[in-house]
Amino acid sequence: MDFTLTEERQMLQDGLRRMLADKVDPKAVARGDTAWSTETWEALAEMGVIGALFSEDDGGFGGAGFDLMVVFEEMGRAGAPEPLMETLIAGGLIAELGSDAQKAHLDAVIGGAVQLAFAHSEPGARFDLERVATEARQDGDGWILTGRKSVVANGGEADYIVVSARVSGNTGDRDGLALFLVPKGTEGLDLRDYPLTGGGRGAEIAMEDMRLPADALLGEAGHAFPAIERANARAVAAQTAEALGLMERIKDLTADYLQQRTQFDKPLIKFQALAFRMADVLIEIEQARSAVINLCGHLDADRETRELHVSATKQLVGETAKLVVEESIQMHGGIGITQEYDLAHFARRLTMVEHRFGDALFHLGRFSRLRMA
Amino acid sequence: MDLSYSEKHEAFRKDLRTFLDEKLPKRLSDKVRLGQRLTKEDMEEWHAILQTRNWLAGHWPEEYGGSGWDAVERHIFEEETTRANAPRILPFGIMMLGPVLMKFGSEDQKAHWLPRILNGTDWWCQGYSEPGAGSDLAALKTTAERDGDHYVVNGQKTWTTLAQYADHIFCLVRTGKDGKKQEGISFLLIDMDDPGIEVRPIYLIDGGAEVNEVWFKDVRVPVENLVGEENQGWTIAKYLLTHERTNIAGVGFATQALENLKRIAGLEHQAGKPLIEDPLFAAEIARLEIQLMAMATTNLRVVSAAAEGNAPGAESSMLKVKGTVIRQELNDLTRRACGPYAMPFVSEALEAGSNVEPVGPDYAAPVSGKYFNNRKLSIYGGSNEVQKQIIAKMKLGA
Repeated sequence: MDFTLTEERQMLQDGLRRMLADKVDPKAVARGDTAWSTETWEALAEMGVIGALFSEDDGGFGGAGFDLMVVFEEMGRAGAPEPLMETLIAGGLIAELGSDAQKAHLDAVIGGAVQLAFAHSEPGARFDLERVATEARQDGDGWILTGRKSVVANGGEADYIVVSARVSGNTGDRDGLALFLVPKGTEGLDLRDYPLTGGGRGAEIAMEDMRLPADALLGEAGHAFPAIERANARAVAAQTAEALGLMERIKDLTADYLQQRTQFDKPLIKFQALAFRMADVLIEIEQARSAVINLCGHLDADRETRELHVSATKQLVGETAKLVVEESIQMHGGIGITQEYDLAHFARRLTMVEHRFGDALFHLGRFSRLRMA
Repeated sequence: MDLSYSEKHEAFRKDLRTFLDEKLPKRLSDKVRLGQRLTKEDMEEWHAILQTRNWLAGHWPEEYGGSGWDAVERHIFEEETTRANAPRILPFGIMMLGPVLMKFGSEDQKAHWLPRILNGTDWWCQGYSEPGAGSDLAALKTTAERDGDHYVVNGQKTWTTLAQYADHIFCLVRTGKDGKKQEGISFLLIDMDDPGIEVRPIYLIDGGAEVNEVWFKDVRVPVENLVGEENQGWTIAKYLLTHERTNIAGVGFATQALENLKRIAGLEHQAGKPLIEDPLFAAEIARLEIQLMAMATTNLRVVSAAAEGNAPGAESSMLKVKGTVIRQELNDLTRRACGPYAMPFVSEALEAGSNVEPVGPDYAAPVSGKYFNNRKLSIYGGSNEVQKQIIAKMKLGA
């Protein structure tokens, strides 16, 4: 057992924390002034942060669960809206399934020159990974795709979008899924992009007889589900680590506020009713940290073990996120729901963790089903 | 024990329903239903419609232009208007200042100000909180110094709801510096057009600007605008806060939110089935519905006791805590029901008449903003911590 970070990871954490503290302005994100900053993105690439998401075989120098944890916790602590998550998911799928020609893009991805997105979730699919209605049919050598994708993070900015579609079976089947690498501006792909509540941008995508060449297919047609589920597990690890960073930041803000704000002639922290609630917040954040460690340490385990940890961690972190957001706002009072105060951005971003990859209720149900199976 | 309504009350409910069917403009109820932002004109329009029946301030005595409603009639009014998605009545003139003037105002003040509240001449806002005086309201620092026939007001108020629309503000100001801090406070009526007043918007977590900072620099207020005695303001403030807490349970709002939640959970799907059929999700809805059913009766019990002349004390604080928590939990579950479509933040789509379409189903557009915005419920009107202190003090001698 060893719960310390390796020296390399410690250095990555320190450098990343300093860089993001310098570059990210939570107030600007809260106001919606910027989707994300190309300057920050270039700095992430330069520091090797994008590379830390990929294994050495794929041109990176990391890619393990604890690399994700270090990177995304710092992204959370800063409230950074840069679309690193989309690079992790889509880049990971390219790395796992791509042909040599497709994998050749990864150099530019790791260098920060190419932006990615993953278009998988559909209207009505909610959090069910297998509910894909978008249809891909073979047309000579190539493919024709028709369907809709919803809330595609970074869709509007991506140079390549990894799109999932069904080549056989019914909506809801695990078999019959395929992935395609679709370049920006492909004819037949209609995109509406918009701001997201926690920062960054999303897009609705409609595909109407969108033609793709044969070499757009990523991996084997009809058998993409295991890779999608694996990518999802890595995404949940990254997202819960980000949530952890957000919780740490919110906790610090709230603790400072309780020490500085005076009512009835004493600092708020001297009111036991508030101090005890803050102590509860501290306890639950430590539980959340353990849950994230559990998942990051089991990303490469067998499927059953890994997925059990996905739901356990996502459930616990989701519940903790609600507690931390609501208690921190309440203990701040009115200032806690003011856009010009940093907490607004962090609270929104942390709350939105529950609206992607499944919320606490979804994973509570999923965990109990997996346990009973 | 008898849980039924009297014939008189049933007749009132029927009359009210017919009125709402006929007179509530669909344009307004659509906005409320879809969570769109109401304009100043929308609110004024609805007030005027209600006043055709003397229902705008139905609980005011008839001599002042009300209908002399009892507590049960007020309850029915709240229940039916929220069920019909009517805009809520702005509380500042009608629920807050009106009762204060009736109890503490001079005959001249009543004759001058009360009709103007009802006919929409004046739009009031509330100048209570200050940057250093939130839960500890008596710590307020805005000063009013006597200078001949005027008070000269200096200081800053904050969290002033809809001050951008208001032409008048009632304020707690410091007129005395000796003794306990509660003893040097006065209640003053101030014209927002007076020189030296500046209103600055505060943007909230949902992107809206419903609250403001109000700054006062050497604002001259005629002494006849003092309500009650000088340094009697704390008594008035406490009286007003009790009135503010009447109907604070928000049973109507909660019922409306529960119906909306069920509707959305019936339209959203998980694993190919309506979300409302998911046992875990259904249990969460049920838990809140059970709470709400009990709270509706708690509310009526308090209301009935008040009708018999017992001033609500700790009970109104209990209703405030329970009512706000239930509403917040309903908001929480409603945003969850929308899943990924609670993420898009298209603020323009919440402005009625904008050409910007919401992303995803229309019911999803306001849910995140509403969840965040309604965190205010447990903060304003005396935070829930202050309410618990009141309960502990009154019931337990804490």
